Amino acid sequence: MKDMDNASVSIRHLDLAFGSVQVLRDLNLDIGQGEFLVLLGASGCGKSTLLNCIAGLLDVTGGQIFINGQNVTWAEPSKRGIGMVFQSYALYPQMTVEGNLSFGLKNARMPRDEIARRVARAAEILQIEPLLKRKPGALSGGQRQRVAIGRALVRDVDVFLFDEPLSNLDAKLRADLRVELKQLHQQLQNTMIYVTHDQVEAMTLADRIAIMKGGLIQQLASPAEIYLRPTNKYVADFIGSPSMNFIEGEVSGGVFKSGDLSVPLEAYDFVNGAREGRAWFGIRPEHVTIGEGPVTVQANAEVVEPMGSDTVVWTHVAGSPFRIRMDGQAQVATGDSLTLGLDPARASLFDHDSEERL
Amino acid sequence: MTNPAQLAPAVAAAGTLPRLQDGPSGPPPRRALSGRNIMLYGTLIVVSVYYLLPLYVMIVTSLKGMPEIRLGNIFSPPVEVTFQPWVKAWAEACTGINCDGLSRGFWNSVRILIPSVILSVSVASVSGYALSKWKFKGSELFFSILLLGAFIPYQVMLYPIVIILRELGLYGSLGGLVLVHLIFGLPINTLLFRNYFAQVPEELFKAARVDGAGFWGIFIRIMLPMSLPIFVVSLIIQVTGIWNDFLFGVVYTKPDLYPMTVQLNNIVNSVQGVKEYNVNMAATLLTGLVPLVIYFASGKLFVRGIAAGAVKG
Repeated sequence: MKDMDNASVSIRHLDLAFGSVQVLRDLNLDIGQGEFLVLLGASGCGKSTLLNCIAGLLDVTGGQIFINGQNVTWAEPSKRGIGMVFQSYALYPQMTVEGNLSFGLKNARMPRDEIARRVARAAEILQIEPLLKRKPGALSGGQRQRVAIGRALVRDVDVFLFDEPLSNLDAKLRADLRVELKQLHQQLQNTMIYVTHDQVEAMTLADRIAIMKGGLIQQLASPAEIYLRPTNKYVADFIGSPSMNFIEGEVSGGVFKSGDLSVPLEAYDFVNGAREGRAWFGIRPEHVTIGEGPVTVQANAEVVEPMGSDTVVWTHVAGSPFRIRMDGQAQVATGDSLTLGLDPARASLFDHDSEERL
Repeated sequence: MTNPAQLAPAVAAAGTLPRLQDGPSGPPPRRALSGRNIMLYGTLIVVSVYYLLPLYVMIVTSLKGMPEIRLGNIFSPPVEVTFQPWVKAWAEACTGINCDGLSRGFWNSVRILIPSVILSVSVASVSGYALSKWKFKGSELFFSILLLGAFIPYQVMLYPIVIILRELGLYGSLGGLVLVHLIFGLPINTLLFRNYFAQVPEELFKAARVDGAGFWGIFIRIMLPMSLPIFVVSLIIQVTGIWNDFLFGVVYTKPDLYPMTVQLNNIVNSVQGVKEYNVNMAATLLTGLVPLVIYFASGKLFVRGIAAGAVKG
C-alpha cells in the first residue's frame, strides 16, 4: 500500500469477468495527483472496461478501487468524486446546455446560486457562454464535446475520466480539441484518466501511458520511455506510425545475425546483460539514417509514399519488409538504390519466443 | 485516372464539343397518364370506394326517417334530413327496461377507459424502462414470460380471472375491469417501451448515473422527455383496444356498468318491435367516434413526436 497517500486513484488486484469471459485480471495501477494517464490499446483490450470500473458503472468481480484514499469499490458513480466524458457526448437531448451542465448539481441538491456560479465558471473556461440556452441538437460536434467536458467540470471533482472523447470528431477538430484538453489539464491540475486507441492523442497528452492488451497492462511508462524502450514486441509494434521494422535472426557472440546482415551490439543497452539466442531486431523507420552509419546496408526503394512533411520508403532488408522515414523533400524514386545506416544504440531487441525486451 | 482538364481541349480539337451540349439536360420528362400511374390510382380509388361505401350508407341511413328507409333505396341521399335518430340513439333507445339510450354506456366506457389507459401505459413504460436499462438477474426470462402472455388466447383465461376477481372482491365492479385491462395491456406495451428505451444510447444512461440520477430520476428527467412518440403509439393501442373491447366488458361487469360496445349490441340486437335501422346506424357511428377522434388527433401528434425525438443523443 505504498504511495497510497499521494495517489489519486489506486487500483488493487482488480478482476472483472462477464460471465465466463475474464476481461481484467489482477490489475494494479497507481495514478498520482494531477497526473494525466492514458489507457491505450486496440479495441477489446479492456481499457474502456477499466475506466467503467473506476467510474463505478460496472461492478467489479474482485479487487478494490481507491480514489483519494477512500475505498470506493462499492460506491455509486456520483459519490466517487469523478466526472466522465463519453465518446458519443451523451448530452441529454431535451435539456438546454445550461440544463445539461446543472443536472448533476441539481441531483446533489446544491443551492441555486452555487449552481449558477459553477455553470458560469465552466462556461467561461470552455467558452460556451453563447450556447447556454441552446439544445444539444443545435450544436456542432466540437461544441457538444465541450459541453460534455463542462458537465464534468461543474462537478468540481478531483478525477476526470475520458472515454475516447475525440473519436467522433473530424481530424482537424480533433487536433484542436486535443490541444485545448492539454491546456485545460495544465490550468486545472486535476487527475485525468483518458482512454483512447489513437497513439497520437496518447503520446501528446499523457504524463504516463498504460498500454493494454488482453486485460493486462503491457507497459506503464512515460511516452518517451514507451517510444524509445518498448518493453515487448507488441508495444513496439503498436506505438509509432509507420510501425517499427522487425528482422528475425540470432544473437551470438554479441552480434545480431540475420542472413548477410550482422549488427554488433556493443552499443546496445541490454535490460539484464548480454543474451544469446534467437531474437527480433527492431528499429523505427525514423531512426534509419541515409548514408553510412554504425552498420551500413544496401536496399532498393520499392514503394515511395511522399506525404509532404516526410517520405516513407518501403523496401526489404535481410529478407524482411522494411520501412524508412525520410525527409519530405528527399528525392527518391522507385527502384533507386539506397545506402542505409542502422544504429544499434537506437534499436530494440526482443526475445524470439517470449517477445520480451532483451 | 485521367485528368479532365487535359481531356477537354483534346475533345474540342476533335470538333465533338457541340454534341456534348445537345444531349438531354435537367430532369427527365414525366407523363401524367403513364400506365404505371393509371394502375396505381385505379387501385387506390377502388380500395377507397370499397371501404368508404359502407360508411356512406351508414351516414345516409342515419339521417333518414323510417318511411324513407322502407322505400329501400339505401344508396340515395336523404330527401328530408333528420337528426332524430341520433338523438334517439344517444338519449332514448331502450335496452331491456332502461330507456336512456347510449349515453349511459358512453359514460361507463369513459370511466373504464381513463383509469385503464393511464394505469396500463404508466406501468408498461416503467417496466419497459426497467427491463431495458436496469437488467437484473433473470430479467430476460421475466420478459419472455411476460411476452408469452400476449400469445395465450383470452378465452383460456376468461374463467380463471372470474375466480380471481371474485376472490379479490372486485367481480362485477369497474375496478375489476380496469385491472383486467391493465394486465392484458401489459405484454404488448411493455415490449413497445422496452424496445424503444433499448435504442436510447447506453452512454446517456451512464452519464446520468455519474450525474447522480437514480432509477426514477433518469426515467422522469431523461427518458420521459424523449419518449413522446412511443407514448402516443401506446396510447393509441390502449384507447382503441379498451374502447372497442366487448368480451371483457360483458363478462366482468354488471348490466348497469356495461361499456358502450355492449350496450350498442343490446340496442341493435333487441328483438322487440320494429328494427329502427336509422337509430342503429347512428348508435354505431356514435360508438365508433372515440377511436376515430383519437386516430385523427394523435396522428398529428405522432408525427410531431417523431420529429421532436429526432435529436441525436
